Amino acid sequence: MSREDLNRLPMYLSVLLGLTLSILPLPHWLDVTRPDVLAIVVLYWAIMVPRAGGITLAFVCGLALDAFKGVVLGQHALALSLATYVAIKLHLRIRIFPIWHQALTVFWLLALYEFVLFWIDGATGHPITNYSRWLPAFTGAALWPVFAGLLGNAYQRT
Amino acid sequence: MVAFRNAETRPILGRGPSPGLRLFFFALLSLGLMWLDQRQGYLEGLRHALSLVSYPFQVLVDSPSAAWDWLEESFATRERLSRENADLRQRLRESDLKLMRFEDLEQQNLRLREMRAATARISERVVVGEIMRVDLDPYRHRVIINKGTRDGAYKGQPLLDATGVFGQITRAGAFSSEAILITDAEHAIPIQVNRNGLRSLALGTGSPDRLSLPFLPTNADIKEGDLLVSSGLGGVFPAGYPVATVTKVDKMAAQTLANVVAKPAATLDRDRELLLVWPNEPKADEELPAAPAASTEAKP
Repeated sequence: MSREDLNRLPMYLSVLLGLTLSILPLPHWLDVTRPDVLAIVVLYWAIMVPRAGGITLAFVCGLALDAFKGVVLGQHALALSLATYVAIKLHLRIRIFPIWHQALTVFWLLALYEFVLFWIDGATGHPITNYSRWLPAFTGAALWPVFAGLLGNAYQRT
Repeated sequence: MVAFRNAETRPILGRGPSPGLRLFFFALLSLGLMWLDQRQGYLEGLRHALSLVSYPFQVLVDSPSAAWDWLEESFATRERLSRENADLRQRLRESDLKLMRFEDLEQQNLRLREMRAATARISERVVVGEIMRVDLDPYRHRVIINKGTRDGAYKGQPLLDATGVFGQITRAGAFSSEAILITDAEHAIPIQVNRNGLRSLALGTGSPDRLSLPFLPTNADIKEGDLLVSSGLGGVFPAGYPVATVTKVDKMAAQTLANVVAKPAATLDRDRELLLVWPNEPKADEELPAAPAASTEAKP
């Protein structure tokens, strides 16, 4: 096992930052459009270094989100694990896409993530049927180049 | 590939379980967790542990605004303080005046209750808590407060603010707790019209300035401006605290139920501080005369 030669510190730091950003207090209109920062961070690492964190990281981060947001335990964990699985399956292709094409792919991954959340919300008896609940997928995809640029800096140090 | 430093020592295949297997395992685990959490409520211990992990993050996120509040407090100008002081003095005088009558009424009430051999209502023990500025779900009305089981908070504990009923605690951690506001779409509070004692339920609507009372028949005696107070039924909220004021009564002759909308008495979206109430415990420093029920323990 050569796990030691992979410096995971940037990944962990970015995940902690993502977790903090996901509960940072914002005015309501920004709160509604807030991208799923943590999901984007996890997807980025899944695409660039699938062996570093992968689905285990996705599950742990999802569980943390569940605990932070006070929803049923396992909701974000399942959604993020699924989206990350798809990202890992496609990671070799996504890496060579031009940035706008990457953003489009990430949009579908985030939409999958949001859909699983939506579905579990309904299954556990508190559905949120506003159309605005899909906004984070759009803002997340739109901000993908920014996140990819910022995380790319961290990735260079991996 | 940049990711794999030593390409020779990192074969593409055969490093631990495959992604598919991992996904299967974690998906099963998530579903199991959800089932246990939702249907059985077995995970209180795990929740408790997780709330300990999330507490530092909540403090971290809350700290800038807390620091700002502190700075503002420390550098408050003299005239602002004296203005505030005068204002508070005025309000205290008014309250004192009201209290004079209140004490008389309370004594009277106590005597009447004793005559009926009913339990005396005692003033509740309260502790001031603070809302932490942490964003949860934008579509749910939940907040984190900085009091936990360490301070005696418990699940289902009622919360008040200075003007009315605020909500209740849904999950008590060691240092912080999660609370649901009365306006959350999943919340219902048993109420009573102050004017005539008519009882009903006030449901949250998901909008911060609206409660709805869907279970009143069209011939019910309720009108705009009626004060709704907590009825004490259900055993969560203490009786007699203002909950909301009726703002709209829609009585369609064709329907059996009236459409009643009320505005919460508490300033739900502006509060920073709120009161945690222990409904069945008297205040530590208060000993009501001739009230045998008041001799219960003051501390939990």
